[in-house]
Amino acid sequence: MQVTMTVNGEAVTREIEGRLLLVHFLRDTLGLTGTHWGCDTSNCGTCVVLMDGEPVKSCTVLAAMAGGHEIRTVEGLAAGGELDPVQRGFMNCHGLQCGFCTPGMMMTARALLDRNPDPTEHEIREAISGQICRCTGYKNIVESIRWAATDAAGTRTTLEPVEAQSVGSAS
Amino acid sequence: MQVPAPFEYERATSVDGAIGLLERLGDTAKLVAGGHSLLPMMKLRLANFEYLIDINDLHGELGYITFTADEVRIGAMTRHREIAESAELATVFPIFADAEQVIADPVVRNRGTIGGSLCQADPAEDLSAVCTTLGASCVIRGSGGERVVPMAEFHRGPYETAVGPTEMLTEVRFPIRPHAGSAYEKVERRAGDWAVAAAGAAVWLDSEPRGSRGGTDSEYDGQDVVLADARVGLAAVGPNTVEIPSISAALRGQTPSEELYARAGELAAQSCNPVTDPRGSADYKRHLADELTRRALRRAVQRATDQVRS
Repeated sequence: MQVTMTVNGEAVTREIEGRLLLVHFLRDTLGLTGTHWGCDTSNCGTCVVLMDGEPVKSCTVLAAMAGGHEIRTVEGLAAGGELDPVQRGFMNCHGLQCGFCTPGMMMTARALLDRNPDPTEHEIREAISGQICRCTGYKNIVESIRWAATDAAGTRTTLEPVEAQSVGSAS
Repeated sequence: MQVPAPFEYERATSVDGAIGLLERLGDTAKLVAGGHSLLPMMKLRLANFEYLIDINDLHGELGYITFTADEVRIGAMTRHREIAESAELATVFPIFADAEQVIADPVVRNRGTIGGSLCQADPAEDLSAVCTTLGASCVIRGSGGERVVPMAEFHRGPYETAVGPTEMLTEVRFPIRPHAGSAYEKVERRAGDWAVAAAGAAVWLDSEPRGSRGGTDSEYDGQDVVLADARVGLAAVGPNTVEIPSISAALRGQTPSEELYARAGELAAQSCNPVTDPRGSADYKRHLADELTRRALRRAVQRATDQVRS
């Protein structure tokens, strides 16, 4: 079957199997591997993307179900060469250790701040309660999101281009 | 990697269209709403269908919470988040806000629907327990028209409902009675998990309290409060969520007290039928049915009393 959706502002149309999950569509069909694939059972939340602005667990949404909808992934957070305040918060407050849960955490944070620009610590903890950080770095994740809500204004960090790493080259 | 077995994806854009698809495709087809119960079962190959009919486009038609003087109606495609965020619903039936706080997590609640929850018919499902507690009615539509099934007849066993293969649940209705209070109490192993056991309680106070009929503020204080009716619904302690009529019989016409709650808890423990599983032993679940019934009744009465006083 054919599916058409908007991913990070761009319309994409692909031929897919009905059973294809959104997380695999994003990672394998579109090559957007920023969205991570974790527990496969809608428990861990690393696969969270925004569907029409709301966080959803993309391992439990069919790619076909996303047809006609707007999907935003972690690749769509930075805009115009500038990191999103949530990304800068995670950078400034050490909101990640191994980084596996980070894309899902940041997408949920973005959706929270879009609805509630000044959330309390409790509201942040509630919002990310469906997501697991196995490094147990929740304290810094919460601080990162608070930073994005409060300290982000006026301290924009320009996104610096990352030099391409050549796989397999001798170092 | 968990992936469902192959199926054909269809999308319905109206209730009639969904029923038409079910009639054309027969029992090889299944409706999917939020998908957060069905898709995990399909990934584990516990459920397999030739056709999956996506009804998320029906949210416009079936996503609503409406209030009349004597009834609340919730459309089957109303999502958990919308139920949780309805201030008016929380005023009429605070049990919904209690339960929604402990159903899965906020991201899952963005997708899951009340209709999907009821049709999944999981014995530990919290909204089913709420509907059981409140004595809801389920509106089921087929090509021949609508029928209304009381909650007690809606679930026919674990994962089985009264909805026929060419029908769909469209609405859930809740009767409103005056001087009401309700509450939900759940014990889970970790945040967002299914209940080890849970109890919902709904009470309705007598509109004409005994004793001081002088219209003073103390009308509903202490001894003057009388239960016109009370209902308790339990989750995860039997093949379906279940209401306990013997508790209603024991509470009707009585003045709330710790002794009365203890009697209700005892009846809950006696009436339920839990099994030992990885979530807990049957004895422990029986203990929870007792304790959670007491807590839910205590809180429901408190809320009803506060409401009458205010």
